[in-house]
This record gives sequence, structure tokens and C-alpha cells, in this order.
Amino acid sequence: MNEWLYVLLFMIVGALIPVGAILGGFLLGPKKPNPLKQSTYECGIEAVGEAWVQFKAQYYIFALVFLVFDVEAVFLFPWAVKLGALGLYAALEGVLFIAILVVGLLYAWRKGMLEWA
Amino acid sequence: MTTEQIIFLIVAGATLAAGLLVVTSRNLIHAALWLVATLFGVAILYTLLNAGFIAVVQVVVYIGAIAILFIFAVMLTRKDMRDSGPQHNKTWWLGALVSLLTFGGLFAVLGQWSGLAKTGAELPAGFDSVAALGEALTSANGYVLPFEVASVLLLAAMVGAVYLAFNKK
Amino acid sequence: MNFWTDPLKVAADWLQGVFTSWGMNEVFAHVLVAFLGVLLLITILMVIDIFLVWIERKVVARFQDRIGPNRLGPFGLIQPFADIIKLIIKEDTTPAGADKVVYNLAPILSMMSVLIIWSVVPIAPVILSVNLNVGVLFLIAAGAIGTLSIIMAGWSSNNKFALIGAFRQVAMMVAFEVPMLAMLLIPTIFAGSMNMNDIIQAQGGLWYFVLSPLGALIFLVAIIAELGRAPFDLSEGESELVAGFNIEYSGMKFGMFYAGELLHAMTFGGIWGILFFGGYRFFGLEQVSPFLAIAIFLFKALLGYWVIMWVKYTMMRIRIDQMLVFNWVFLTPLSFALLMVTALMNALLQGAPVWLYAAGMFLSNVVVAWIALEVARSVSRKERQKVEGVAQVAEAHH
Repeated sequence: MNEWLYVLLFMIVGALIPVGAILGGFLLGPKKPNPLKQSTYECGIEAVGEAWVQFKAQYYIFALVFLVFDVEAVFLFPWAVKLGALGLYAALEGVLFIAILVVGLLYAWRKGMLEWA
Repeated sequence: MTTEQIIFLIVAGATLAAGLLVVTSRNLIHAALWLVATLFGVAILYTLLNAGFIAVVQVVVYIGAIAILFIFAVMLTRKDMRDSGPQHNKTWWLGALVSLLTFGGLFAVLGQWSGLAKTGAELPAGFDSVAALGEALTSANGYVLPFEVASVLLLAAMVGAVYLAFNKK
Repeated sequence: MNFWTDPLKVAADWLQGVFTSWGMNEVFAHVLVAFLGVLLLITILMVIDIFLVWIERKVVARFQDRIGPNRLGPFGLIQPFADIIKLIIKEDTTPAGADKVVYNLAPILSMMSVLIIWSVVPIAPVILSVNLNVGVLFLIAAGAIGTLSIIMAGWSSNNKFALIGAFRQVAMMVAFEVPMLAMLLIPTIFAGSMNMNDIIQAQGGLWYFVLSPLGALIFLVAIIAELGRAPFDLSEGESELVAGFNIEYSGMKFGMFYAGELLHAMTFGGIWGILFFGGYRFFGLEQVSPFLAIAIFLFKALLGYWVIMWVKYTMMRIRIDQMLVFNWVFLTPLSFALLMVTALMNALLQGAPVWLYAAGMFLSNVVVAWIALEVARSVSRKERQKVEGVAQVAEAHH
């Protein structure tokens, strides 16, 4: 647990530096708020409509496929660490694992799920 | 109170507070961000248990994939992203009663458990949890069958996602 | 051990002695010494970051056949300091209707996610911040926080273009993490450990880019996409979405995003060097002195950064749908195929002498790359014939 304390220290100091920089900017900069300055940018014209867009469903599908592959990769890390010490059998198990999921990717591709966009 | 217990209480308290804010936030995206804080608290709890690998996996899978999926889902299904729904429905009193009973039951059961006074066991020196996990996942006497079944499960999840999410087209 | 062979431990022990002689609690002194060490490393990184701005501008100028900043100071070295002063005295505006807390938190999280990567990077055989045994996966965890900060920035700006830019950037970063994860598994297989220092130490005989050149190449492509730099910089395509999720940010908040991106690029250059090019090793030179090892590592990190810049200033931007299709249809299957081949070859050539192992791995990489290129070529030939067929038919009708 001791080593993770250093990671926490890194996070604290890593958060303090940008906080310090932004605070410096806040203190040193002029403060003259003006409704025109604070209006949102839309290529120089007045903003039209609310700030929402029809979110494409395709983004969600990509995130789903990524989730499946992320979990798969996480399973593969302990396998990869021990691969050198174990033999061909362990390598084949891992190859089977990957192959099943590549089949899944091919299925998603054939169904046209991976097209944009 | 050892320092370990103090740190655990602080982190657990923060995680619970973030969890409470997830369900009581009016703004859905804020709720999703409080969920990220809760998941991060759980990751810190894993490091307290000397499970460094699981802690990093928690951040990578939960915060890096599942929280992003939640945020995308919120943005996909809400017409206005600043939408905030009502916080109660008609049977809120029933939910409160059930949760109080559950809490009382858990309190009664855990109050008699001796494990609360124990501290975490020390791992043997040079114990590499990732290597041990790797061996367990690939040895025939270990968990190789669940390992392969997990990949089939993930395949089923992907096929289900294709069917559900794509059928709208 | 003296200062020149083990500077970190000697300095830490000396400081600890000083603090306890002032009457401080032992544990508290230890934490304070660690805090000072971390502060020193991060300060040095921020100073390097400032000079990265100068390097970037000079290099892009040379690629575009001009000189770049040369007015402020010798060779324009004072230019980045002037940039910082300009950014810091700008007004701190928040767009109307923006979510204040999330809007201000996003640049902080973005910079923090880059700085914590350095906690697992070993810069010399004895200088390394945290010897995590899950160092390689920690990179992805830091990337996850970075991805989250981009969504936060895009959503909280109350601006359509920022939102679209953030979606695209996150979709792209998330997509290219899959080949990145697969390629991170390859040095793990070779070294038998996820610890960064172990991976460097295991590259004693051969650097890993000799054992897996295709792996190094795919990893390079994946990290360029993770950084959001050209040719994958569609979200901040200056001519399309102005600045993507960055639109409503100005002053030091924008500075944090921009400097964070440059530091991220150099960090990933260093990671590329560690995983595939031997890190701080250079045929035994690193044993001479830790400071020489730091210099070697810095040289490799800047070399990796230069390669990333070279790709940025040479190639055109790719469209978002082409980018994502390229990843899911070509790069992901290729990287998993390479992983499977590497695992099988590693198991088959287990007891072989070093030269046979290296030759076998290298050849298997070349074969996989050749097959992939042939498949890509035949697919693109068919596509081209389809398009040209239509064009020829159209011409015949004239």
C-alpha cells in the first residue's frame, strides 16, 4: 500500500499545479464581465437554438464495442505476464480466447454495425 | 484505531457520500460524474486491500469504459442535456421502509461478526498478484474453463448489443 | 553509495535526517520528503513543457521551410515565456450558461492525467517514482481520466461545436485504445512482467522493436490517435470545428489543455521508447551514472516526440468516419492477429537461442504485415474498380 501513497501524492501535486496556474490567471487578469464576451461562440454569428445536438446513436455503439474489447484486454494481461513461464498449452488457451472475440468483431462488421457515422 | 482503519473510514465515507449524490442529483450528467467519483473511491478501497491490479482494472474498465457509456447513454436519450427528472414517485414510502429494514437486518447480523476487529493479513514478501492470477487463469486445475467461458459471455454481450442497438435502423 | 551513483536515496536520507533533527515526527518527515521529491519532478516537467512549446514551433517552422520565432531572445528561446505571460494576464471568462464547476474542473483533470503518468516512468535504473507492478495498465487508467476530462469540457461549455468536437474526440480516443492495449500486451509477453522497470531491464539483449517492429509501428499509430494529433486531429480541426472541445476556453485554462497535450505527446514518446527502444538503456552506458541514464531517456523521449511531430506536419487530416473504420476494420483485427502470432511464436521458440528467437519473431512480424498489406491492397483495388467502373460507365454514356 505504501507505493500507492506516492501515486496519491502525484495526483495531489498534479492537481495543484494546474489549480495554481489557473488561480494565477484568475488573480492577474482583468475582470470586466460583459454579456457579449460571455455569449457562446458560433463562428461569429448569434447562437441559434439550444446547445444540444441530435446525438448520433453510432457513438454509443462504438463505446459498447470498446467496452467488450476493454474487458477482454484486461483478462489478457495476467495471461500475458505468465506466458513466458507456461508452455504452448497456455498460449493456445489465450489464442482461443482472442479468436472467439475476433469472431464477434467480424460478426459486428458483417452486420454493418461498424460503419459510420 | 490504526491509520489503516482511519484511511478506510474516510475513503468509505467519501464513496458513500458520492453514491448518495448520484441518486439525489437533479442534473443527470452531474449524477454520472458523481458515479465516477464513487467508482474511484472503490478503486482506492481496492488499493487498501493490496489488490493493485484490480484497482487499476477498476479505473480502466469502469471509469474508462462504463462511465463513458453511461454519459453517452444519458446524452442519447435526453432531449435536453440539462434535463432533470422528478426525484420521487408515488411509492417512495415503501422504498424507504424496505431500505430501513435491510439496514437494520445488516446491522444486526454484522454486529455479531468477529471479522470487524481483524486487520488485513500481510501478503508474503515477493508475492506477485498478477503472476498468480495468470497462473490461475491458465492452469487446467485452475480457472481455465471460466476464462474461456468469459470470452463466450463477452461474445454473447457483443451479439446482443448488435441486435438491440442496431435494430432501430 | 554516494551521490553520483544513487542520488535519489542519498538526498532523501539526508533530508529525512534534517527534518527529524528539527524534531519532526518520523512518518511525517518521510511523507514531506516524498512530497518534495514529487514537487521537484513535476516542476522539472513543467519547465520542459515550456520548452516543448518552443521546440514545437521551431520544428513546424522548419518543416514549412521558414524560421519560426527568432525575435525574443537568442533563437526565440524567450518566446514561450512571453506566451505564458500573455495567457496568464488574460481575463478568466466563463461562457453564459456553462456549468461552472465542471467547466473549471476539466482542464485541471486533463493536466493531472498527464502528470500522473510520470509516476510509473523509470528515468534511470535507480530513479523511479513508484515501482508499480501494474505499470503498463496504469497508462490506460491515466488515459481514462483524460478521456473523461474531454467529455466534461465539451459538455460544460454550453456550445454545440464543443459538444460535437468532444464526442468525436472521445469516440476516436476510445476506439484507438483497443490496438493500444493489444500492443501493450506484446512487451508484457516478452518481459514477463507489467512493471516498466522490468520491461526495460529485460531489453538487455535486444530492444523490443527488433523483436516486434510491427508492434512498435501499430503502437505509434495508436498513441498518435490517443493524443488527438494529426492525422487524427479531426476534433480540433482548425478549419472545421474551430477548436473542438476547446472553443470556450481561453487564458490559462486553454494553456493547461495545450501544454498538457504537448507534454502528453512527449510522455508518450518516452513510453514508446521504454516499451520498444530500451528506455534508459544504451549498451551499458546507463550503468556509468544515473544522470547519464536520465540524459539517454530524455533523448529517446524527445526523439519519439520528434517522430510524432514529423507525422503531424507531413500528413493530411483523415475524416472521422474513415478514421473509425480504419481502426475497427483494419487496425483492431491486425493487432489481435499480431498478438496471437506473437504468443504462439513465443511458446514455440521457448528454449531457442537468442538469435533464432529474434529471427523467428521478426520474420513472423514481417509475414503478418505483408499479409495485412496484401488484404488491404486487394480490398482497395476492388473499391477503386467499383468507383472507376461507375466513372467509365458514365463516360461511355457521354
